[in-house]
Amino acid sequence: MKTGFLKVSNGCAVLRSDIPQLSFGDFRKNTLNIVKEGGKVIHFFAYKKDTTIKLLVVLRTTELLMAETDAPESYPSFTNECEPFHLFEREIAEQFGIKPEGHPWLKMVRYHPNYAGKPDVFGNDYTEDIPGRYNYYKVEGEEVHEVAVGPVHAGVIEPGHFRFNCIGERVFHLEIQLGYQHRGIENLLTHIKNKRLPIVIESIAGDTTVANATCMAQAVEALTQVKTDKGSQIIRTIALELERIANHTGDLGALSGDVAFLPPANYFGRMRGDFLNMTLLLCGNRLGKGVVRPGGVRFTIDDEINKELLRRINELEPQMQHVINLLFETPSVMARFEGCGKISPDDAEKLGFVGPAGRACGIQYDARREFPTEYYQNIKIPEFNEPTGDVYARARVRADEAMQSIRMIKTLLENKIETQPVDFGNFDLAPDSFVVTVNEAWRGELSHCILTDEKGKIARYKIKDPSFHNWNGLAMSLRDTGISDFPLNNKSFNLSYCGFDL
Amino acid sequence: MLSTLKNRFEQGYKTTGYPKTKIELVDRYRGLPEINKDAPSEIIEKCASECPQEAIDAKRKVIDLGRCVFCGGCERLSEGKFVKFTQNFETSTATRDHLFTDGNLPALAEHSKQHFKKLFGRSLQLRQVSAGGCNACEADLNVLATPFFDLARFGINFVASPRHADGIVVTGPISKNMKTALMTTFEAIPDPKVVIAVGSCAISGGPFRGSPEITEGLDSLIPVDLYIPGCPSHPLTNLHALLNYFK
Repeated sequence: MKTGFLKVSNGCAVLRSDIPQLSFGDFRKNTLNIVKEGGKVIHFFAYKKDTTIKLLVVLRTTELLMAETDAPESYPSFTNECEPFHLFEREIAEQFGIKPEGHPWLKMVRYHPNYAGKPDVFGNDYTEDIPGRYNYYKVEGEEVHEVAVGPVHAGVIEPGHFRFNCIGERVFHLEIQLGYQHRGIENLLTHIKNKRLPIVIESIAGDTTVANATCMAQAVEALTQVKTDKGSQIIRTIALELERIANHTGDLGALSGDVAFLPPANYFGRMRGDFLNMTLLLCGNRLGKGVVRPGGVRFTIDDEINKELLRRINELEPQMQHVINLLFETPSVMARFEGCGKISPDDAEKLGFVGPAGRACGIQYDARREFPTEYYQNIKIPEFNEPTGDVYARARVRADEAMQSIRMIKTLLENKIETQPVDFGNFDLAPDSFVVTVNEAWRGELSHCILTDEKGKIARYKIKDPSFHNWNGLAMSLRDTGISDFPLNNKSFNLSYCGFDL
Repeated sequence: MLSTLKNRFEQGYKTTGYPKTKIELVDRYRGLPEINKDAPSEIIEKCASECPQEAIDAKRKVIDLGRCVFCGGCERLSEGKFVKFTQNFETSTATRDHLFTDGNLPALAEHSKQHFKKLFGRSLQLRQVSAGGCNACEADLNVLATPFFDLARFGINFVASPRHADGIVVTGPISKNMKTALMTTFEAIPDPKVVIAVGSCAISGGPFRGSPEITEGLDSLIPVDLYIPGCPSHPLTNLHALLNYFK
């Protein structure tokens, strides 16, 4: 390979000895070249191997490419030449104390001491337990004021801190500080018993339970040479799409509430509950905890459940379509949505957006289409055709996806679904191996990486939530917008705090 | 306007009659577990050792609902011979040790702090604090405000400020980074106040036990009045707990 990178496939394990070990100079040069020519970063992280620290990168073009290098103590930042690396470099600095020299905005990510025992790159004192206590970027000026929101927010939502610099109602700059929900999951995964693995993975982010569980199951299947049968692939696809629909419905309801249009806010809220109840019917848990395990699924869809799921979705489909039409055909709603929180396609590219937020800006990438897993090779995933980059586009793409997913599920339920349910899964992982799995969670590209040691134990488990790419998008969208549009923008993105915090 | 009315008619009336009418949840829902104390001891030992949450006490033959995430693993492993998960969603208790159960739970309405019923029975304003969870419990608390459950008709609301609140509802394993915010919010609530722990994480640290970044149990920080187990707790579990504790 000209770049010296190794091509890997989604969900296929390779031996760690086959991963190309580049010199740092080559690693940096080739990584930057691939991304400058349109490649995207899926993973870029550090991990400890015996006494050295290594850097590993997984990039995507039309393929997945990866390479490794020995990490230097500090290095010239990649972000200066190529923005998509910005948050990854900060995470590496925070987790392993390796400084990216010249990084344009080097600040902590999740607020915790590094794992390498090195002095803290950011000069934080971790005896103080508030991530939000930080020297925020200040805009100077007599009439400029700061508004601080969080971590305890007005609604029943996750904690995060938002610092606005405003003049009157207009926002100059929004800075977001997360890390309040940091539970130390990546570390926990390296020393718990295998029986706990699915339980922890399913609790990374409750609204992304099925997608996270699927990424983990695919990775473990790759490392145990276990193949899943067609029925379980279909059931996993159905569960993933139900998760997508439930979240999009909830968000449309929340957006309606934020523009004070209460009928659709309530109708969507009730319908979200109905979609969650469909997942409950399938597996006994509204969020899908307990469905997916390595080797397949724990619950079958027999004829009775198939019939009931079809009955329910057929009832909901026209109701959803009518309420969506009601929402988007109301002029006062469109007046709030259109032009609000606009992000240019150029900024979206630079920041590396994924998921519906990306598609709303014209980045059509959908992992279901590009790197299909489960039953997705048999399903057509349409592109989004109104990428105006504003709240309207982000709401419209959600509505379109929800209706598409409803149709997908109806098609999948047409035939009898036969599978052998699994219970706990096989966790005897191949030693000295690496696998990366990529799936399109409802927020976008979700990816897990597992590195095993010589005994087949998990040496490093890296999780990348789609929100990792998109949080800065929220900050960008507020520039030059009225601060009262913040809740609307926030909900149009609806990013994961806990998926980001890990 | 016509479109709004048309949708209104199509949507109809969806509020549940609970608690006046009974609700039966689907077969696969895993509610209160029922333990068969006469199951062979090897099966009990196996269930206890395979439980990912170490929630089964093989000697006392009880399950700690505060640790349980209701995954159903023990039921499948023992083929229902040791434990069966019923569709009974009324799983909440007023003390931590009542959560160690074999399927029998004391009636929640007869808890020892009856003064709360007099104080908050007709109007209960709660401040929710999300202390590091996965957001599943928050989702199933939020859904209580939607038309199917309609919490407001019971006089119960979630409020924006702790100063307006009668109590605090905590979800999540109380990560280190949220501890101060949680305690400050708790202290901002005027007395008399009530503390409710929702979900396995808030009660025992949940799936994250063993991580140095979390706290194992809200009651190690502040005294808890009402425990609602689950992962997440079903909205009906939350509703049953609130109605029986306060009314």
